[in-house]
Amino acid sequence: MIKSELVQVIANRNPHLYQRDVEMIVNAIFDEITEALCESNRVELRGFGAFSVKNRPPRTGRNPRTGEAVEVSEKWVPFFKPGKELRERLNEA
Amino acid sequence: MSGKTLTRADLSEAVFRKIGLSRTESATLVEMVLEEVCETISSGEAVKISSFGSFLVRDKNERVGRNPKTGEEVPISPRKVTVFKPSNVLKERILEAHSRKNRADNDDTYVPAEVRAAE
Repeated sequence: MIKSELVQVIANRNPHLYQRDVEMIVNAIFDEITEALCESNRVELRGFGAFSVKNRPPRTGRNPRTGEAVEVSEKWVPFFKPGKELRERLNEA
Repeated sequence: MSGKTLTRADLSEAVFRKIGLSRTESATLVEMVLEEVCETISSGEAVKISSFGSFLVRDKNERVGRNPKTGEEVPISPRKVTVFKPSNVLKERILEAHSRKNRADNDDTYVPAEVRAAE
């Protein structure tokens, strides 16, 4: 399922809303999560899961082809931990 | 880390603010969107949100685990797991926001590009 299909499903269930409004709603949700992560905040959605940012400290890596040492700078990466309900629902069948 | 945690209530508030539906309806729609994403993943289908990321379903084979407390071996049954693959756009936005903050924190003489442009 891609975003436009998600918008379509929600729009079909809400005939009083324009499809472009539903698109704005879906965008608002994912934009809000993105902004929270940019500020290092956690986003916890019970039943679904939690988004957070993990810090990867700088390290000395190696070019696997040449064996040459390279400095890898500090990184911040988004992380999603699925919630209990989602884990259970996925394994019900 | 600032340590703030956002919840459904914050997402509803954002929808209320940006779209101008009632607070009740905003909350209902946030719930509906999250439920639809959950439902699709639960059915084993991937959900791809462009410029955010993809929720993929992976099959895990049976393996032998160990109870860390007793050291006892226990079989872990085959299962499905959700993995989130962040999009490049999301990764870059987070990296950019953090490295900018980091530079500003470590260097008194550092002036962010927006401020320099305004001067």
